[in-house]
Amino acid sequence: MLPELSREEILRYSRHLLIPEVGLDGQRKLKASSALIIGTGGLGSPVALYLAAAGVGHIGLVDYDVVDESNLQRQIVHGTGMVGRLKVDSARTRLLDLNPAIQVDAFNEPFTSANAMKIAEPFDVIIDGTDNFPTRYLINDLCVLTGKPNVYGAIYRFEGQASVFFAKEGPCYRCLFPEPPPPGLVPSCADAGVLGILPGTIGTIQATEAIKFLLGIGSSLAGRLLLYNALDMSFEYVKLKKNPNCKVCGSHPEITGLVDYFEFCGVPGLDHAEGKMGAGWGITALQLAKKRKRGDKILLIDVREPHELAI
Amino acid sequence: MPTLKIPTPLRSYTNGQTEVPVSGTTVEQAIQSLMTQFPPLRPHLTNSAGQLRPFVNLFLGEDNIKDLKGLDTPLGPDDILRLVPSVAGG
Repeated sequence: MLPELSREEILRYSRHLLIPEVGLDGQRKLKASSALIIGTGGLGSPVALYLAAAGVGHIGLVDYDVVDESNLQRQIVHGTGMVGRLKVDSARTRLLDLNPAIQVDAFNEPFTSANAMKIAEPFDVIIDGTDNFPTRYLINDLCVLTGKPNVYGAIYRFEGQASVFFAKEGPCYRCLFPEPPPPGLVPSCADAGVLGILPGTIGTIQATEAIKFLLGIGSSLAGRLLLYNALDMSFEYVKLKKNPNCKVCGSHPEITGLVDYFEFCGVPGLDHAEGKMGAGWGITALQLAKKRKRGDKILLIDVREPHELAI
Repeated sequence: MPTLKIPTPLRSYTNGQTEVPVSGTTVEQAIQSLMTQFPPLRPHLTNSAGQLRPFVNLFLGEDNIKDLKGLDTPLGPDDILRLVPSVAGG
């Protein structure tokens, strides 16, 4: 039994109600539906804003970071006044301001094998808005094992990818990328930079795919990978097929439970905030300045690119 | 000559080139041609046994070469191969 819409809701969603593919029943479906957004950064921001605005009745937000000034160039759910606040609290406040009629649950914790099943359990669709491989593989395995769709998006500088990995009906993320790259081969946004509006484009596509799935309309990106290039303004697609030997969704799966992948990935899984260094391996600019001031004997090799040196 | 499209994360190894003309009549020969032109790309694309790394995908048109004949997939002179890497940013 779908929930009724209040008078306020009928007014609020009137432009949806006018579309035959959505209509009153579709809007009631959205009100009854739920979406879990992992990451409230570049991708998670537009996803969260559009799903809240569209009237998805129950939204979950997972992040463990705080809002930093360097986030604001692209993470549009957060504002300057929220710098220093927990990202999930900042995002929740903004979403409830946008749409007070929805329920927003905030999970201020890393998404790990220990809590992923419990957090994801009540949600219809999972949206991957993370910035690291360990969580991407965790989300994929979780979605395969629980039969939930994984609405995928990933970005790098001017290029983005999007798809829907729904193992019940098609390939999963591991069918395309069986294993993550080894440490150091793929830089993160914090290292490589990203055009601020790029996650807006890809995140909006993820939100579109989530809404379509929840409404049961249109043809999804399942079985296709969208490749977007902002510099060329090109949208191209390649076909994705299920890998019968996939370790998690193949006919003889090796992976039957969730595991964490912190150890073997290039991008730190639990230390992704701009300005933070990987545990044990990096030092901050301030720490370096102290060392130099103290006269510590250090060998300093400047590997900055010319455009980095210009900053 | 077939062309290989290079994604942004790998362009620092191709002197910024977005498309590289390659020689050969199979995907394997095309990849070898690319890596001969740009040796620093080699560890990013293949392992010590010369197999494509699991986080690298090659598409001929819309099709993953894994769904065709793998590295033995024949290439015509006008074919365009596209490298699709793992990307984690969000």
